[in-house]
Amino acid sequence: MTHALRAIFVRDLTIAFRVGGGAGTGVVFFLAIVTVVPFAVGPDLPLLGRIGPAVLWIGALLASLLGLDRVFSADHDDGSLDLLLLAPQPLEMIAATKAAAHWVATGLPLVVAAPLLGLLLGLDAKALGAVTLTLLVGTPALTFLGLVGAALAVALPRGGLLVAVLVLPFAVPILIFGAAATNAAVGGTLPFGTPFKLIAATSLAFLVLGPVAAAAVLRQIRD
Amino acid sequence: MRLLAQELACIRGGRRLFQGLSFQVAAGEALLVTGPNGAGKTSLLRMIAGLLRPAAGRVAFDGIDADREVGIAAHFVGHLDAVKGSLSAEENLYFVCDLLGGAGDAVAGGLARFGLAPLASFPARMLSAGQRRRLALARLLVASRPLWLLDEPTTGLDNEGQEIFAALTATHLANGGLLVAATHTLLPHLRAQEIRLASGGGA
Repeated sequence: MTHALRAIFVRDLTIAFRVGGGAGTGVVFFLAIVTVVPFAVGPDLPLLGRIGPAVLWIGALLASLLGLDRVFSADHDDGSLDLLLLAPQPLEMIAATKAAAHWVATGLPLVVAAPLLGLLLGLDAKALGAVTLTLLVGTPALTFLGLVGAALAVALPRGGLLVAVLVLPFAVPILIFGAAATNAAVGGTLPFGTPFKLIAATSLAFLVLGPVAAAAVLRQIRD
Repeated sequence: MRLLAQELACIRGGRRLFQGLSFQVAAGEALLVTGPNGAGKTSLLRMIAGLLRPAAGRVAFDGIDADREVGIAAHFVGHLDAVKGSLSAEENLYFVCDLLGGAGDAVAGGLARFGLAPLASFPARMLSAGQRRRLALARLLVASRPLWLLDEPTTGLDNEGQEIFAALTATHLANGGLLVAATHTLLPHLRAQEIRLASGGGA
Protein backbone atom coordinates (compact mmCIF):
# COMPACT_ATOMS: atom_id res chain seq x y z
CA MET A 1 0.00 0.00 0.00
CA THR A 2 2.76 2.44 0.92
CA HIS A 3 4.37 1.68 -2.44
CA ALA A 4 1.29 2.85 -4.35
CA LEU A 5 0.80 5.91 -2.13
CA ARG A 6 4.44 6.89 -2.61
CA ALA A 7 3.90 6.56 -6.37
CA ILE A 8 0.94 8.97 -6.19
CA PHE A 9 2.92 11.42 -4.05
CA VAL A 10 5.94 11.37 -6.39
CA ARG A 11 3.77 11.64 -9.49
CA ASP A 12 1.82 14.65 -8.20
CA LEU A 13 5.01 16.42 -7.12
CA THR A 14 6.72 15.70 -10.44
CA ILE A 15 3.76 17.07 -12.38
CA ALA A 16 3.55 20.13 -10.13
CA PHE A 17 7.17 21.10 -10.65
CA ARG A 18 7.25 20.46 -14.42
CA VAL A 19 6.28 23.05 -17.02
CA GLY A 20 2.67 24.10 -16.56
CA GLY A 21 2.39 22.31 -13.22
CA GLY A 22 1.51 25.44 -11.29
CA ALA A 23 3.74 24.85 -8.24
CA GLY A 24 5.12 28.39 -8.43
CA THR A 25 1.81 30.18 -9.00
CA GLY A 26 0.92 30.43 -5.33
CA VAL A 27 4.25 31.94 -4.31
CA VAL A 28 4.11 34.50 -7.12
CA PHE A 29 0.58 35.46 -6.08
CA PHE A 30 1.72 35.67 -2.43
CA LEU A 31 4.60 37.92 -3.49
CA ALA A 32 2.21 40.12 -5.50
CA ILE A 33 -0.16 40.65 -2.56
CA VAL A 34 2.61 41.40 -0.07
CA THR A 35 4.45 43.77 -2.40
CA VAL A 36 1.46 45.98 -3.17
CA VAL A 37 0.44 46.47 0.47
CA PRO A 38 3.28 48.93 1.34
CA PHE A 39 2.37 50.98 -1.73
CA ALA A 40 -1.22 51.24 -0.53
CA VAL A 41 -0.38 51.86 3.14
CA GLY A 42 2.48 54.28 2.54
CA PRO A 43 6.00 54.43 4.00
CA ASP A 44 4.90 54.08 7.62
CA LEU A 45 7.26 51.42 9.04
CA PRO A 46 5.69 51.05 12.52
CA LEU A 47 2.24 50.63 10.94
CA LEU A 48 3.56 48.06 8.42
CA GLY A 49 5.28 46.22 11.25
CA ARG A 50 1.97 46.08 13.12
CA ILE A 51 -0.20 44.88 10.21
CA GLY A 52 2.59 42.86 8.55
CA PRO A 53 1.78 39.49 10.17
CA ALA A 54 -1.88 39.85 9.22
CA VAL A 55 -0.96 40.75 5.63
CA LEU A 56 1.28 37.69 5.40
CA TRP A 57 -1.47 35.47 6.74
CA ILE A 58 -4.10 36.88 4.35
CA GLY A 59 -1.67 36.49 1.45
CA ALA A 60 -0.86 32.89 2.38
CA LEU A 61 -4.55 32.06 2.83
CA LEU A 62 -5.54 33.41 -0.60
CA ALA A 63 -2.47 31.90 -2.27
CA SER A 64 -3.23 28.46 -0.89
CA LEU A 65 -6.80 28.65 -2.21
CA LEU A 66 -5.34 29.22 -5.66
CA GLY A 67 -5.00 26.02 -7.65
CA LEU A 68 -6.91 23.94 -5.11
CA ASP A 69 -9.68 23.23 -7.61
CA ARG A 70 -7.22 21.37 -9.87
CA VAL A 71 -6.19 18.73 -7.29
CA PHE A 72 -8.82 16.24 -8.45
CA SER A 73 -10.31 17.89 -11.52
CA ALA A 74 -7.02 17.72 -13.45
CA ASP A 75 -7.14 13.95 -12.94
CA HIS A 76 -10.83 13.92 -13.78
CA ASP A 77 -10.28 15.73 -17.08
CA ASP A 78 -7.75 13.26 -18.46
CA GLY A 79 -9.38 10.13 -17.07
CA SER A 80 -6.77 9.28 -14.45
CA LEU A 81 -9.26 9.84 -11.62
CA ASP A 82 -10.87 6.55 -12.74
CA LEU A 83 -7.50 4.87 -12.23
CA LEU A 84 -7.29 6.24 -8.69
CA LEU A 85 -10.89 5.26 -7.90
CA LEU A 86 -10.22 1.69 -9.04
CA ALA A 87 -6.91 1.37 -7.23
CA PRO A 88 -6.83 -1.14 -4.38
CA GLN A 89 -5.90 1.55 -1.82
CA PRO A 90 -8.60 3.20 0.33
CA LEU A 91 -9.78 6.39 -1.34
CA GLU A 92 -9.22 8.30 1.93
CA MET A 93 -5.52 7.46 1.87
CA ILE A 94 -5.24 8.40 -1.79
CA ALA A 95 -6.95 11.75 -1.09
CA ALA A 96 -4.64 12.38 1.89
CA THR A 97 -1.59 11.55 -0.23
CA LYS A 98 -2.69 13.94 -2.97
CA ALA A 99 -3.25 16.65 -0.36
CA ALA A 100 0.19 16.07 1.12
CA ALA A 101 1.79 16.36 -2.33
CA HIS A 102 -0.25 19.51 -3.02
CA TRP A 103 0.93 21.02 0.28
CA VAL A 104 4.58 20.26 -0.44
CA ALA A 105 4.23 21.80 -3.92
CA THR A 106 2.19 24.88 -2.97
CA GLY A 107 1.98 25.30 0.84
CA LEU A 108 5.58 24.67 1.84
CA PRO A 109 6.95 27.28 -0.64
CA LEU A 110 4.66 29.85 1.04
CA VAL A 111 6.15 29.00 4.42
CA VAL A 112 9.67 29.32 3.01
CA ALA A 113 8.84 32.61 1.29
CA ALA A 114 7.11 34.14 4.33
CA PRO A 115 10.23 35.32 6.22
CA LEU A 116 11.65 36.90 3.05
CA LEU A 117 8.40 38.69 2.30
CA GLY A 118 8.19 39.67 5.98
CA LEU A 119 11.40 41.64 5.50
CA LEU A 120 9.61 43.69 2.82
CA LEU A 121 7.05 44.64 5.45
CA GLY A 122 9.69 45.59 8.00
CA LEU A 123 8.94 42.80 10.47
CA ASP A 124 11.46 42.19 13.24
CA ALA A 125 13.12 38.82 13.83
CA LYS A 126 10.64 37.71 16.47
CA ALA A 127 7.63 38.43 14.26
CA LEU A 128 9.30 36.72 11.28
CA GLY A 129 9.83 33.60 13.36
CA ALA A 130 6.28 33.64 14.68
CA VAL A 131 4.71 34.11 11.22
CA THR A 132 6.82 31.33 9.71
CA LEU A 133 6.05 28.94 12.54
CA THR A 134 2.30 29.61 12.49
CA LEU A 135 2.21 29.25 8.70
CA LEU A 136 4.13 25.98 8.90
CA VAL A 137 1.51 24.61 11.26
CA GLY A 138 -1.50 26.37 9.69
CA THR A 139 -1.07 25.88 5.92
CA PRO A 140 -1.58 22.07 6.08
CA ALA A 141 -4.96 22.82 7.66
CA LEU A 142 -5.80 25.07 4.69
CA THR A 143 -4.77 22.42 2.14
CA PHE A 144 -6.55 19.52 3.83
CA LEU A 145 -9.68 21.62 4.38
CA GLY A 146 -9.51 22.73 0.77
CA LEU A 147 -9.37 19.09 -0.30
CA VAL A 148 -13.14 18.89 0.23
CA GLY A 149 -13.61 21.84 -2.12
CA ALA A 150 -11.21 20.20 -4.56
CA ALA A 151 -13.37 17.07 -4.60
CA LEU A 152 -16.50 19.18 -5.16
CA ALA A 153 -14.76 20.88 -8.09
CA VAL A 154 -14.87 17.57 -9.96
CA ALA A 155 -18.65 17.98 -10.24
CA LEU A 156 -18.40 21.71 -10.99
CA PRO A 157 -16.45 22.21 -14.20
CA ARG A 158 -14.51 25.50 -14.10
CA GLY A 159 -15.59 25.86 -10.49
CA GLY A 160 -12.34 27.41 -9.27
CA LEU A 161 -13.80 30.58 -7.81
CA LEU A 162 -16.78 28.76 -6.36
CA VAL A 163 -14.44 26.36 -4.56
CA ALA A 164 -12.49 29.27 -3.06
CA VAL A 165 -15.75 30.89 -1.89
CA LEU A 166 -16.96 27.59 -0.40
CA VAL A 167 -13.71 26.93 1.46
CA LEU A 168 -13.00 30.47 2.65
CA PRO A 169 -15.59 30.66 5.48
CA PHE A 170 -14.23 27.46 7.01
CA ALA A 171 -10.68 28.80 6.76
CA VAL A 172 -11.52 31.92 8.80
CA PRO A 173 -10.86 30.28 12.21
CA ILE A 174 -7.40 29.24 11.02
CA LEU A 175 -6.76 32.82 9.92
CA ILE A 176 -7.94 34.17 13.29
CA PHE A 177 -5.74 31.82 15.32
CA GLY A 178 -2.79 32.31 12.97
CA ALA A 179 -2.89 36.09 13.12
CA ALA A 180 -3.60 36.04 16.85
CA ALA A 181 -0.61 33.83 17.59
CA THR A 182 1.66 36.06 15.54
CA ASN A 183 0.37 39.22 17.20
CA ALA A 184 0.86 37.58 20.58
CA ALA A 185 4.49 36.91 19.74
CA VAL A 186 5.15 40.57 18.97
CA GLY A 187 3.55 41.78 22.19
CA GLY A 188 -0.18 41.27 22.44
CA THR A 189 -2.33 40.54 25.44
CA LEU A 190 -2.60 36.78 24.79
CA PRO A 191 0.21 34.33 25.42
CA PHE A 192 1.59 32.90 22.12
CA GLY A 193 0.92 29.32 23.12
CA THR A 194 -2.87 29.47 23.32
CA PRO A 195 -3.75 30.41 19.71
CA PHE A 196 -0.76 28.42 18.44
CA LYS A 197 -2.03 25.24 20.04
CA LEU A 198 -5.46 25.95 18.59
CA ILE A 199 -4.03 26.14 15.04
CA ALA A 200 -2.10 22.95 15.66
CA ALA A 201 -5.30 21.25 16.87
CA THR A 202 -7.26 22.55 13.84
CA SER A 203 -4.54 21.26 11.53
CA LEU A 204 -4.61 17.82 13.11
CA ALA A 205 -8.39 17.68 12.88
CA PHE A 206 -8.45 18.69 9.20
CA LEU A 207 -5.63 16.24 8.44
CA VAL A 208 -8.15 13.50 9.28
CA LEU A 209 -11.49 15.08 8.38
CA GLY A 210 -10.41 16.54 5.01
CA PRO A 211 -9.46 13.27 3.27
CA VAL A 212 -12.45 11.42 4.74
CA ALA A 213 -14.88 14.11 3.55
CA ALA A 214 -13.17 14.43 0.15
CA ALA A 215 -13.35 10.66 -0.40
CA ALA A 216 -17.03 10.71 0.54
CA VAL A 217 -17.64 13.49 -2.00
CA LEU A 218 -15.76 11.60 -4.74
CA ARG A 219 -17.80 8.46 -4.05
CA GLN A 220 -21.04 10.43 -4.21
CA ILE A 221 -20.12 12.05 -7.50
CA ARG A 222 -19.18 8.85 -9.38
CA ASP A 223 -20.54 9.96 -12.71
CA MET B 1 -14.27 -16.50 -12.16
CA ARG B 2 -17.54 -15.13 -13.35
CA LEU B 3 -18.93 -11.66 -13.93
CA LEU B 4 -22.62 -11.47 -13.26
CA ALA B 5 -25.01 -8.59 -13.91
CA GLN B 6 -28.61 -8.74 -12.79
CA GLU B 7 -31.46 -6.49 -13.90
CA LEU B 8 -29.21 -3.48 -14.46
CA ALA B 9 -30.92 -0.18 -15.21
CA CYS B 10 -29.33 3.08 -16.19
CA ILE B 11 -30.89 6.52 -16.02
CA ARG B 12 -28.77 9.43 -17.25
CA GLY B 13 -30.01 13.00 -17.08
CA GLY B 14 -33.55 11.79 -16.44
CA ARG B 15 -33.50 9.58 -19.56
CA ARG B 16 -33.74 5.83 -19.26
CA LEU B 17 -30.95 4.28 -21.32
CA PHE B 18 -31.55 0.63 -20.55
CA GLN B 19 -33.25 -1.52 -17.95
CA GLY B 20 -33.58 -5.13 -17.00
CA LEU B 21 -30.16 -5.92 -18.42
CA SER B 22 -28.77 -9.25 -17.21
CA PHE B 23 -25.77 -11.15 -18.47
CA GLN B 24 -22.92 -13.27 -17.31
CA VAL B 25 -19.39 -13.68 -18.54
CA ALA B 26 -17.31 -16.66 -17.50
CA ALA B 27 -13.53 -17.06 -17.45
CA GLY B 28 -12.08 -17.01 -20.95
CA GLU B 29 -15.16 -15.33 -22.42
CA ALA B 30 -15.61 -11.99 -24.08
CA LEU B 31 -18.66 -9.77 -24.17
CA LEU B 32 -19.06 -7.07 -26.78
CA VAL B 33 -21.40 -4.18 -26.07
CA THR B 34 -22.62 -2.57 -29.26
CA GLY B 35 -25.22 0.00 -30.13
CA PRO B 36 -25.62 3.50 -31.53
CA ASN B 37 -24.08 6.60 -29.96
CA GLY B 38 -25.73 7.47 -26.68
CA ALA B 39 -27.19 4.01 -26.12
CA GLY B 40 -25.33 3.67 -22.82
CA LYS B 41 -22.29 1.54 -23.71
CA THR B 42 -19.89 3.67 -21.70
CA SER B 43 -22.36 3.91 -18.82
CA LEU B 44 -22.65 0.12 -18.73
CA LEU B 45 -18.87 -0.30 -18.57
CA ARG B 46 -18.56 2.31 -15.83
CA MET B 47 -21.35 0.57 -13.96
CA ILE B 48 -19.51 -2.75 -14.09
CA ALA B 49 -16.34 -1.05 -12.83
CA GLY B 50 -18.27 0.59 -9.99
CA LEU B 51 -17.58 4.09 -11.32
CA LEU B 52 -21.29 4.70 -11.84
CA ARG B 53 -24.08 3.66 -9.54
CA PRO B 54 -26.76 1.58 -11.28
CA ALA B 55 -30.31 2.93 -10.99
CA ALA B 56 -31.35 -0.66 -10.27
CA GLY B 57 -29.79 -4.10 -10.25
CA ARG B 58 -26.34 -5.23 -9.27
CA VAL B 59 -23.02 -6.36 -10.62
CA ALA B 60 -21.02 -9.10 -8.98
CA PHE B 61 -17.66 -10.64 -9.70
CA ASP B 62 -17.33 -14.06 -8.13
CA GLY B 63 -20.07 -13.14 -5.71
CA ILE B 64 -18.60 -9.81 -4.54
CA ASP B 65 -20.92 -6.81 -4.62
CA ALA B 66 -19.98 -3.89 -6.79
CA ASP B 67 -18.66 -1.19 -4.58
CA ARG B 68 -15.09 -0.71 -5.73
CA GLU B 69 -14.51 -4.44 -5.41
CA VAL B 70 -15.29 -5.35 -9.01
CA GLY B 71 -13.11 -2.41 -10.02
CA ILE B 72 -10.22 -3.79 -8.00
CA ALA B 73 -10.26 -6.93 -10.13
CA ALA B 74 -10.49 -4.91 -13.34
CA HIS B 75 -8.45 -2.90 -15.78
CA PHE B 76 -10.61 -0.04 -16.99
CA VAL B 77 -9.49 1.72 -20.17
CA GLY B 78 -12.01 4.42 -20.91
CA HIS B 79 -12.29 6.68 -23.92
CA LEU B 80 -9.98 9.09 -22.10
CA ASP B 81 -6.42 7.80 -22.12
CA ALA B 82 -5.56 8.68 -18.48
CA VAL B 83 -2.12 9.72 -19.69
CA LYS B 84 -0.35 12.68 -18.03
CA GLY B 85 1.14 14.91 -20.72
CA SER B 86 3.99 16.26 -18.60
CA LEU B 87 5.22 12.78 -17.64
CA SER B 88 7.14 10.61 -20.08
CA ALA B 89 5.54 7.50 -21.54
CA GLU B 90 7.68 5.39 -19.23
CA GLU B 91 6.82 7.44 -16.12
CA ASN B 92 3.12 7.11 -16.93
CA LEU B 93 3.40 3.33 -17.04
CA TYR B 94 5.61 3.10 -13.94
CA PHE B 95 2.97 5.06 -12.05
CA VAL B 96 0.18 2.68 -13.08
CA CYS B 97 2.42 -0.26 -12.29
CA ASP B 98 3.16 1.00 -8.76
CA LEU B 99 -0.45 2.02 -8.19
CA LEU B 100 -1.87 -1.34 -9.19
CA GLY B 101 0.90 -3.37 -7.60
CA GLY B 102 2.52 -4.70 -10.76
CA ALA B 103 6.11 -5.76 -11.19
CA GLY B 104 8.39 -2.93 -12.33
CA ASP B 105 10.03 -4.97 -15.09
CA ALA B 106 6.67 -5.33 -16.85
CA VAL B 107 6.88 -1.66 -17.88
CA ALA B 108 9.64 -2.13 -20.45
CA GLY B 109 7.80 -5.16 -21.82
CA GLY B 110 4.55 -3.22 -22.12
CA LEU B 111 6.25 -0.36 -23.97
CA ALA B 112 8.06 -2.77 -26.30
CA ARG B 113 4.91 -4.75 -27.04
CA PHE B 114 3.16 -1.64 -28.31
CA GLY B 115 6.20 -0.36 -30.19
CA LEU B 116 6.68 2.56 -27.80
CA ALA B 117 10.16 1.63 -26.56
CA PRO B 118 11.93 4.32 -28.66
CA LEU B 119 9.54 6.93 -27.24
CA ALA B 120 9.85 5.82 -23.62
CA SER B 121 11.45 9.02 -22.35
CA PHE B 122 9.36 11.41 -24.47
CA PRO B 123 6.82 13.58 -22.66
CA ALA B 124 3.46 11.98 -23.35
CA ARG B 125 2.07 15.25 -24.68
CA MET B 126 4.37 14.88 -27.71
CA LEU B 127 2.74 11.57 -28.61
CA SER B 128 0.09 11.32 -31.31
CA ALA B 129 -3.46 10.27 -30.46
CA GLY B 130 -2.79 6.73 -31.65
CA GLN B 131 0.43 6.50 -29.65
CA ARG B 132 -1.35 7.74 -26.53
CA ARG B 133 -3.96 5.06 -27.12
CA ARG B 134 -1.19 2.47 -27.34
CA LEU B 135 0.21 3.80 -24.08
CA ALA B 136 -3.23 3.52 -22.45
CA LEU B 137 -3.57 -0.07 -23.65
CA ALA B 138 -0.03 -0.90 -22.46
CA ARG B 139 -1.49 -0.46 -18.94
CA LEU B 140 -3.16 -3.83 -19.47
CA LEU B 141 0.28 -5.45 -19.44
CA VAL B 142 1.91 -3.83 -16.40
CA ALA B 143 -0.36 -5.32 -13.77
CA SER B 144 -2.34 -8.51 -13.94
CA ARG B 145 -6.12 -8.17 -13.66
CA PRO B 146 -8.61 -10.91 -14.55
CA LEU B 147 -11.29 -8.55 -15.92
CA TRP B 148 -10.65 -6.08 -18.72
CA LEU B 149 -13.23 -3.34 -19.27
CA LEU B 150 -12.42 -1.53 -22.49
CA ASP B 151 -14.33 1.40 -23.92
CA GLU B 152 -13.73 1.79 -27.68
CA PRO B 153 -10.26 0.28 -27.27
CA THR B 154 -9.21 0.53 -30.92
CA THR B 155 -10.07 4.20 -31.50
CA GLY B 156 -7.12 5.90 -33.15
CA LEU B 157 -5.09 2.72 -33.54
CA ASP B 158 -3.48 1.96 -36.90
CA ASN B 159 -3.61 -1.54 -38.42
CA GLU B 160 -0.47 -2.63 -36.63
CA GLY B 161 -1.84 -1.37 -33.32
CA GLN B 162 -5.11 -3.20 -33.88
CA GLU B 163 -3.22 -6.42 -34.58
CA ILE B 164 -1.17 -6.03 -31.40
CA PHE B 165 -4.38 -5.40 -29.48
CA ALA B 166 -6.09 -8.41 -31.07
CA ALA B 167 -3.19 -10.70 -30.12
CA LEU B 168 -3.23 -9.29 -26.60
CA THR B 169 -6.93 -9.95 -26.06
CA ALA B 170 -6.61 -13.44 -27.51
CA THR B 171 -3.81 -14.25 -25.02
CA HIS B 172 -5.80 -12.75 -22.16
CA LEU B 173 -8.85 -14.89 -22.96
CA ALA B 174 -6.74 -17.99 -23.51
CA ASN B 175 -5.28 -17.47 -20.02
CA GLY B 176 -8.77 -17.49 -18.56
CA GLY B 177 -9.29 -13.72 -18.43
CA LEU B 178 -12.58 -11.95 -18.98
CA LEU B 179 -13.19 -9.13 -21.41
CA VAL B 180 -16.03 -6.67 -21.77
CA ALA B 181 -15.58 -4.18 -24.59
CA ALA B 182 -17.81 -1.43 -25.90
CA THR B 183 -17.15 -0.93 -29.55
CA HIS B 184 -18.47 0.26 -32.89
CA THR B 185 -15.90 -1.54 -34.95
CA LEU B 186 -16.21 -5.29 -35.09
CA LEU B 187 -13.46 -7.28 -33.49
CA PRO B 188 -13.63 -10.24 -35.90
CA HIS B 189 -11.00 -12.29 -34.12
CA LEU B 190 -13.13 -12.51 -30.99
CA ARG B 191 -15.74 -15.19 -30.59
CA ALA B 192 -17.90 -13.34 -28.17
CA GLN B 193 -21.38 -12.84 -26.88
CA GLU B 194 -22.87 -9.57 -27.88
CA ILE B 195 -25.22 -7.17 -26.15
CA ARG B 196 -26.83 -4.74 -28.51
CA LEU B 197 -28.10 -1.68 -26.72
CA ALA B 198 -30.88 0.07 -28.60
CA SER B 199 -31.24 3.82 -28.63
CA GLY B 200 -34.85 3.53 -27.46
CA GLY B 201 -33.95 1.98 -24.11
CA GLY B 202 -34.09 -1.76 -24.80
CA ALA B 203 -31.40 -4.36 -24.92
